[in-house]
Amino acid sequence: MTDLLEKTSNEKLSEYGDNVKVFVAPGLVDSIVTLKGRYQNFIGGKWVAPVKGEYMEDVSPVNGKVFCEVARSTKEDVELALDAAHRARKAWGETSLPDRAKVLSKIADVMEANLTMLAVAESWENGKPVRETLAADLPLAIDHFRYFGGATRSLEGRTTEIDKDTVAFHFHEPLGVVGQIIPFNFPLLMAAWKIAPALAAGNCTVVKPASPTPWSILKFAELLEDIVPDGVINIVTGPGAEIGKALASSPRIAKVGFTGETTTGRLIMQYAAENLIPSTVELGGKSPNIFFADVMAADDEFLDKAVEGLVLYAFNKGEVCTCPSRALIHESIYDAFMDRCLKRIRMIVQGNPLDTTTMIGPQVSIQQLQKIESYVEIGKQEGAECLIGGQSAILEGDLAGGYYFQPTVLKGENKMRVFQEEIFGPVLAVTTFKDEAQALEIANDTLYGLGAGVWTRDGNLAYRMGRGIQAGRVWTNCYHLYPAGAAFGGYKISGIGRETHQMMLEHYSQTKNLLVSYSTKPLGFF
Amino acid sequence: MTGPIETARVGETPAALEAIAQLVSDGGPVMFFQSGGCCDGSLPMCFREGEFIIGDYDVLLGTVGGFPFYIDHRQYEAWKHTRLMLDVAEGEPEGFSLSAGPNKHFITRSEVCAPNPAD
Repeated sequence: MTDLLEKTSNEKLSEYGDNVKVFVAPGLVDSIVTLKGRYQNFIGGKWVAPVKGEYMEDVSPVNGKVFCEVARSTKEDVELALDAAHRARKAWGETSLPDRAKVLSKIADVMEANLTMLAVAESWENGKPVRETLAADLPLAIDHFRYFGGATRSLEGRTTEIDKDTVAFHFHEPLGVVGQIIPFNFPLLMAAWKIAPALAAGNCTVVKPASPTPWSILKFAELLEDIVPDGVINIVTGPGAEIGKALASSPRIAKVGFTGETTTGRLIMQYAAENLIPSTVELGGKSPNIFFADVMAADDEFLDKAVEGLVLYAFNKGEVCTCPSRALIHESIYDAFMDRCLKRIRMIVQGNPLDTTTMIGPQVSIQQLQKIESYVEIGKQEGAECLIGGQSAILEGDLAGGYYFQPTVLKGENKMRVFQEEIFGPVLAVTTFKDEAQALEIANDTLYGLGAGVWTRDGNLAYRMGRGIQAGRVWTNCYHLYPAGAAFGGYKISGIGRETHQMMLEHYSQTKNLLVSYSTKPLGFF
Repeated sequence: MTGPIETARVGETPAALEAIAQLVSDGGPVMFFQSGGCCDGSLPMCFREGEFIIGDYDVLLGTVGGFPFYIDHRQYEAWKHTRLMLDVAEGEPEGFSLSAGPNKHFITRSEVCAPNPAD
């Protein structure tokens, strides 16, 4: 974590003193999170029942139990949301930049005032430890709205004096109504990543949360009353095959933004092609995390940071597009460095994510848990050596039905499927390299190119590696930092477009050129 | 079972066959595409025939229940030493895939196999 995050983390956690704090599950009497039995869609600033009256169950991965129902929407509900967004489009698109920025700022303020409540809701929904939601997910989401509020104020058109009497003016204009599909791994933060720039550029949005995690975004929406004009943000829950498709293929959207897997990414771009609209897609990765020999040149704070840098594969139980899931370690330090890392991994506390001491919670769904199990099995068949973990974790009591997997490390080689495919679980594939050239070769021997990490005390080496790795972001002597202001996006099949930076405003704007002649003289052709 | 690179690299379990038969009886022919990447990547996606545009470089792994099962050519390179078995598991599908029945989704199980001499 950065100093900023560390500070936030310590401040947040210190509110509870040194004692263990276990938040009460949403819906129970003493919980800070209120829970209704059933949630409707958020359309036009109102809670609207699904047209066909169907609902689906939302399961908490913490205990595998249903905790509420959300709308099982159909394409009719998507149309209602698009109606509301189109009604709001003109007024929001013409809202002044100071007022647009004020709305984004107010969203940040209300999230901040409800930070702990939203963090607990997010942890219950997704299974991620509350120490992460308190210190990372929510502070980052809040800052994201503030950042794009500021970015709105910096929106500037360019003018070009073509000649003395001819001027080209360039204006940013909103696209109109956009469709945005949110993944399950950071339901609130990914929603912020998408909603903030769309609104900042003057668009209205229809958001489809991931099927396993629809509820925490609805808790966020409950806070928006009187802050966001009706119809600017609309949220429709339901199955991807029905409403994801209805939204992405609708001729009534002007752009689609998606985070998820490659096949749906292609499908999104296919639908966009059919409507001749732009799309941005972020499709995951298999990020290398490279440790050069000099990380062990001293036994100091930096070495400690590098060890944590490897163990960050378990952050958010590995359900991160940029999970550093391939560790490449110089052969001369492998034994000593890995020994330290395994000691740190053994100290990972797994359990109830609502406990502030828990470091790893359950995977988001039974589907994900089964997938991880099958990958570890493939890895063993391929000859990978399991250094730690390797199976589901069976917890006791209230957590018995949850989807827990032990932090796992597999040693093998880069051609194995566990090195090539995103497992989306707390499973690290580790291998060694002999020199810089081989490190770069292994790092780039992947279909993906979203993130990478480089750890060394040699700045020149770090620079060469950083420029050589074909990935959209190379964390250098750090990992898993996601500040607004640093562009995030993929090379190769990891996607198209960049998020978390004001350049995102370009992805959500149309360029209007006024080419103006201040001359009274005719051209003279006719 | 025909196809230019028919390699028996994909098969199906009785549960998958049954789910496919039900989908076909409900709404007509289907197709499968093996996904990769983030979130529910690595799951096979089931679509109505023609829903997903197959490119010139996609690889036809074989057929399941008589319907085509494709994979991206780059992913095929990374996966070709494994044989895929289409099966059904608990839980709704998480992408745009059709479900394999109420609260069921398709999965691919993999086993390591000998390289295909044709590759």
